[in-house]
Amino acid sequence: MVKFTLEPRKEQSLLAPIVVTSLALLLTMLGGTILFMIYGVPPLKGLRAIFIEPLLSTYGIGEVLLKMAPLLLVAQGLAIGFRAGVWNIGAEGQLILGAIAASAVAIYFDGSTSIFLLPGMILAGMFAGIAWASIAAFLRTTFNANEILVTFMLTSVALQLLYYLVTGPMRDPMGFNFPQSITFGYHAMFPILIEGTRFNASIFMGIFATVGCWLFVKRSLVGYKLSVGGLAPRAAIYAGFSQKGAVWLALLIGGGAAGLAGVGEVSGPLGMLQRNVSPGYGYAAIIVAMLGGLNPIGIIFSSALMALIYVGGDFARLSVQLPNAVTGIFQGMLLTFYLGCSLLLTSRIRLKRSDAVASEGEA
Amino acid sequence: MLEVFVFIISGTLAASTPLIYAAMGELVCEKSGMLNLGIEGMMATGAAAGFVLVAITGSHSVGFFGGMICAMGLSLIYAILTVLLNANQVASGLATGILGLGVSSAIGKKYEGTTVTPLADLPLGPLSDIPVLGESIFQLDAMVYLSILLVVAVWYVINRTKLGLLIRAIGEAPEYAHSQGLPVRMVRMCCVAFGGAMAGIGGAYLSTAYTPLWAEGMIAGRGWIVVALTVFGTWVVPRVAFGAYLFGVISLLELSIQAFGVNLPSQILSALPYVITILMLAAISRNVTFIRMNSPASLGQSFSP
Repeated sequence: MVKFTLEPRKEQSLLAPIVVTSLALLLTMLGGTILFMIYGVPPLKGLRAIFIEPLLSTYGIGEVLLKMAPLLLVAQGLAIGFRAGVWNIGAEGQLILGAIAASAVAIYFDGSTSIFLLPGMILAGMFAGIAWASIAAFLRTTFNANEILVTFMLTSVALQLLYYLVTGPMRDPMGFNFPQSITFGYHAMFPILIEGTRFNASIFMGIFATVGCWLFVKRSLVGYKLSVGGLAPRAAIYAGFSQKGAVWLALLIGGGAAGLAGVGEVSGPLGMLQRNVSPGYGYAAIIVAMLGGLNPIGIIFSSALMALIYVGGDFARLSVQLPNAVTGIFQGMLLTFYLGCSLLLTSRIRLKRSDAVASEGEA
Repeated sequence: MLEVFVFIISGTLAASTPLIYAAMGELVCEKSGMLNLGIEGMMATGAAAGFVLVAITGSHSVGFFGGMICAMGLSLIYAILTVLLNANQVASGLATGILGLGVSSAIGKKYEGTTVTPLADLPLGPLSDIPVLGESIFQLDAMVYLSILLVVAVWYVINRTKLGLLIRAIGEAPEYAHSQGLPVRMVRMCCVAFGGAMAGIGGAYLSTAYTPLWAEGMIAGRGWIVVALTVFGTWVVPRVAFGAYLFGVISLLELSIQAFGVNLPSQILSALPYVITILMLAAISRNVTFIRMNSPASLGQSFSP
């Protein structure tokens, strides 16, 4: 008889994160196969629609890159907080605030041809995201209010604020009462990078964030302090690292990144402020950050994968008539399986013959 | 005037019932040290499954039972991740929550926007003939009465029985409980399953009794309010129940202000419960020692024997 036992890894394996993520993806595809069979879709056709078809056309690739931009940006910001043990799950709300502030600038300066319009919107969006997140940071540091719950509640408030603004003060007066703002001018938009797609320059914000986060995490003392606070809170306290400072920093970085992603949406594919600013990027980014192992490089790959699932879900709805709920189920399965397999990151499975186990028991 | 009184009491009881079920489940779960943040997804799954079953079979018992089982199944995924595979509780809760929301929208897809006959009221014989009081308390549906029994039962089990002591001991000091030979993992899994089951019933009540329709996203953050309620009630059964009834009053207020035609943007009213939750959390959590004394010591921490 053979028995499986777990033993802790003595050193971090470079291969383990790749193996774990691939395993999670494989299990998700298996789960997807069952899901497709329930819906009466040939599994291979369904998997092809989600994972391969988007990559077969320039338009599809453009869409994947388009959706990758906000996911990459938000996830990089969130990962810094998660490393520090600060759970900001309200990136969706911070993203909405960023979109609102950027739109306010675009609407106020409508018709402007200044090259400073877009940078102004970017700054406004970033600071709005930071401001929204700072409410949670303030309540956590001053009143000890749980940041998980507060950031979630703030997202619900942000949504209502958005609904109010697009049906009231920020609605297009000539828009036949549609709940949306005026269409932004050319100078308020990110330039398109690939002709014939919607892929635009907002991806550069994600790339800068990646480089910045990599430097911050791997090369800066503050980044190191944050990680210690997450891994060993007691050690961080003994070393005199400020816990309050960590909460503020983690939430502000996350909020700023999410606010920027909001700018990317209104100045990118939307071109206006409307009710549906984000198809849940703020929540999906939580999955992206975890799946990337909270590592700036890993997050590049996980954001690409998640963007592919978003676009693939749309493709599957059109080509094999799957409901769009499938996207959510795939995202949920991916994180669930990843967490289930992540035991392998810190431990390894050893096979033991039963006589070995028995002799160990005697000893 | 009396009519208003009847409206407020019966309305509050009905509006609070989904919260009572889910909050009692989450409370038991957290007492054992398990922080399940996937309640929103579990309530949604219970609501969708319950609604579809009532729409197909016409039986509310089948609906509640099915909703309960589906949500419990989801909570077991969370339990396997956290209890058996030692995954982070916060991340696992979020994962199962996202999964649950996806599953609920897939289950309810064909029924989006449809309605079913609501759960019938069950007047409690002669009690329902008492003027005013009878109308406001004893002419409601069976699930409301059961929810009150549930509060009493949970209070009794947690505070007065050996099982409750076992759950609390495991929530306070899992390592010590394990060293005494207590089945830490088994108890934690059962508590999580109970929490999931109750969230499923709460969700099913919402979609088949309180507002007998299915719409994607109809849980509208109630699952998160439930988690906040356990903090608000500092993990004490009567206080958590009181918090749930308070939220019933607030949601009633939201409806009545709209009905009386007060000229406020509807979005302000919709945002009200969330703003109040934030303020309450801040007010209660402010006293750090009080929170630390009352919260289960191992809450949110994984345990491996």
